[in-house]
Amino acid sequence: MNLRRASALALLLCAACGTREDARTTVEFWALGREGEVVRELVPDFERRHPDLRVHVQQIPWSAAHEKLLTAFAGGALPDAIQLGNTWVAELVALGAIERLDDRIADSSVVRPDDWFAGVLETTRVDGSTWALPWYADTRLLFYRKDLFAAAGWSQPPQTWDEWRAALADLRRTLPPGSHPILLPITEWEMPVILALQHGATLLRDGDRYGDFRSPAFRAGFDFYLDFFRADLAPRRGAAEIGNLYQDFAAGSFASFASGPWSLGELARRLPPEFRDRWATAPLPAPEGPRSGVSLAGGAGLALVRGSPRADAAWRWLEFLAEPAQQVAFHRLSGDLPARRSAWRDPSLAGSAHAQAFLIQLDRVRPTPRIPEWERIASRIAHHAEAVVRGNESLDAALESLDREADQVLEKRRWLLRREDLAP
Amino acid sequence: MRIHPAAGFLAPALAALLCFFLLPVVAGFALSLTDFDLYALADLRNLRFVGLENYAQLLRDPGFWSAFRNTLGFVAVGGPLSVGASLAAALLLCAKSARAQAFFRTVYFLPVVTTLVAVAVVWRFLYHPRLGLLNHALGTLGVAPIDWLGDPALAMPALIALAVWKNFGFNMVIFVAGLQGIPERLYEAARLDGATRWQQLRFVTLPMLLPTTGFVALMTLIGHFQLFAEPYVMTQGGPGDSTRSLVLLLYEQGFRWWSLGQAAAIAVVLFAIVLGATLLSRVRPARREAHA
Repeated sequence: MNLRRASALALLLCAACGTREDARTTVEFWALGREGEVVRELVPDFERRHPDLRVHVQQIPWSAAHEKLLTAFAGGALPDAIQLGNTWVAELVALGAIERLDDRIADSSVVRPDDWFAGVLETTRVDGSTWALPWYADTRLLFYRKDLFAAAGWSQPPQTWDEWRAALADLRRTLPPGSHPILLPITEWEMPVILALQHGATLLRDGDRYGDFRSPAFRAGFDFYLDFFRADLAPRRGAAEIGNLYQDFAAGSFASFASGPWSLGELARRLPPEFRDRWATAPLPAPEGPRSGVSLAGGAGLALVRGSPRADAAWRWLEFLAEPAQQVAFHRLSGDLPARRSAWRDPSLAGSAHAQAFLIQLDRVRPTPRIPEWERIASRIAHHAEAVVRGNESLDAALESLDREADQVLEKRRWLLRREDLAP
Repeated sequence: MRIHPAAGFLAPALAALLCFFLLPVVAGFALSLTDFDLYALADLRNLRFVGLENYAQLLRDPGFWSAFRNTLGFVAVGGPLSVGASLAAALLLCAKSARAQAFFRTVYFLPVVTTLVAVAVVWRFLYHPRLGLLNHALGTLGVAPIDWLGDPALAMPALIALAVWKNFGFNMVIFVAGLQGIPERLYEAARLDGATRWQQLRFVTLPMLLPTTGFVALMTLIGHFQLFAEPYVMTQGGPGDSTRSLVLLLYEQGFRWWSLGQAAAIAVVLFAIVLGATLLSRVRPARREAHA
């Protein structure tokens, strides 16, 4: 690790001396995980088009990225542009670490906000401004075994909650004991929140000042989530206890699961080609038809670091990555789903039935509250959801604790907002 | 005023102590009286002095108490097991009839020098409910598969087993040194008095090892209170809260949520606990030493 850091530092230093020699402006760009690896392949094209610019990509593992961004901010060591998880936007805005992009977007001939999925764009908006360009989109929907569903009498995926419940109950009868109709890791907050959003829950209230978990909408979604476990439709298993999701799925340990775009790639890569026709994707069912249910808006965005002396050059690079052609190229390299609709006309996406369900779902996504405290509140939801599923806490007690804990986490936010109101 | 000549020699060490120990401790304590967080990181005007509110909040937080219980359980069960295992291994190594001592000493010491992350990956496989070697072995005895890391009641015992295995080698080496320091004539005299093997162990070896044991126990105690890496790598504190230790809680408060004020309060509380436990454990051995 240290060796890696040292060599990364050495690389950085080399890049720095490089610029001085050839007088080109070098844009420092931090990208995360696998994306940071493959985005390098887009750099030569960009540098050909902009002979006066160079891009240096620094790759950071996802698991360390959040911490690294914050410590780099504290140490004044942020680069010129960064990739960031959309849930971090509010935090970096609160820190004053990134630039408002509204003016640049308005002046740009490449970036067209109406081409982005509305829900995904919304994740990058805080206080009425856009702070990041959506790079790729992420959401959750249903992955299911077509053969197992058909054997239970369901040739089409369920579209409403009632159908969903009925389909899983039918599967419960046709599946062998020990197998489950659906897998929902009990340590995650996403599913109960999605089901609550489908019911119209706002999660927080009064301008995100207080928790709103005892609202009828949140309770209805949470209760529906618990039904999966009460009826033994889903195993009581946390994410860490699932050995190999994809192999278990192929073996029929469970007939469906909720997951994101990364599972498309994993299923294609890890399972034999003949398995390809035995699974499918479907948008999440809705409490009532006819449209599919909403899901979470996620993904990653591209942001400019505030105060960077190379902001204009960095913006060129971000604009380049937002071009539909580059969105397609990036999709082919990474498997990530483009955040721009026009990129979806590419045959690699338009021709894939597995991907098409995502296109439908991405038009039906909602962001979670865009405040720095959200991830912390979400972790409390995960905590209490697990406790209720394991039978250690009642639903009422969990919702009450959630409200209390959210209110406590939001205390500072309320204080800051009150002070702002008092200020002239 | 005349400066004592020793002051010049002491100054470098004292300066280092002041800079790298005393100041951080004082700063940490000061931090624990504020609500330093992400907003304060952005702008220091957002920092509030909250007095002892962080501590009061800790006492009200069930998450803190469960982390406290988990840590205490780890110390109370894992500590004696760890010391016992290292003592047993050292006695075996130093037994007259033992062969290839150097080989075994190396083998037993290997886990200590292995990276915990690598070890954790291997142990996760060992504990795997379906593929794990442990369940496979139990299966041949007719025991149904056990979900070691997934069951809230078993996850902590599983981590204790890992920690004992990982760390006993270090204490073993210290015990071996202690055993080699016991003069042979004492055993000779005991044998002349007709002492059995057991009596030799009970009345010669163990009393002579007391200072070593005191040291080993103390270091183990302090180390065990700082349980972090095992749950961080193996379980992230789960399932439920069953393996979240005080230091893991501190880490999450500080570096996941950036509630540095809260995190500092936990650090101060942990410091007080370890200090208290250390003082308590020093009382008895010191008196016995005086006897011997």
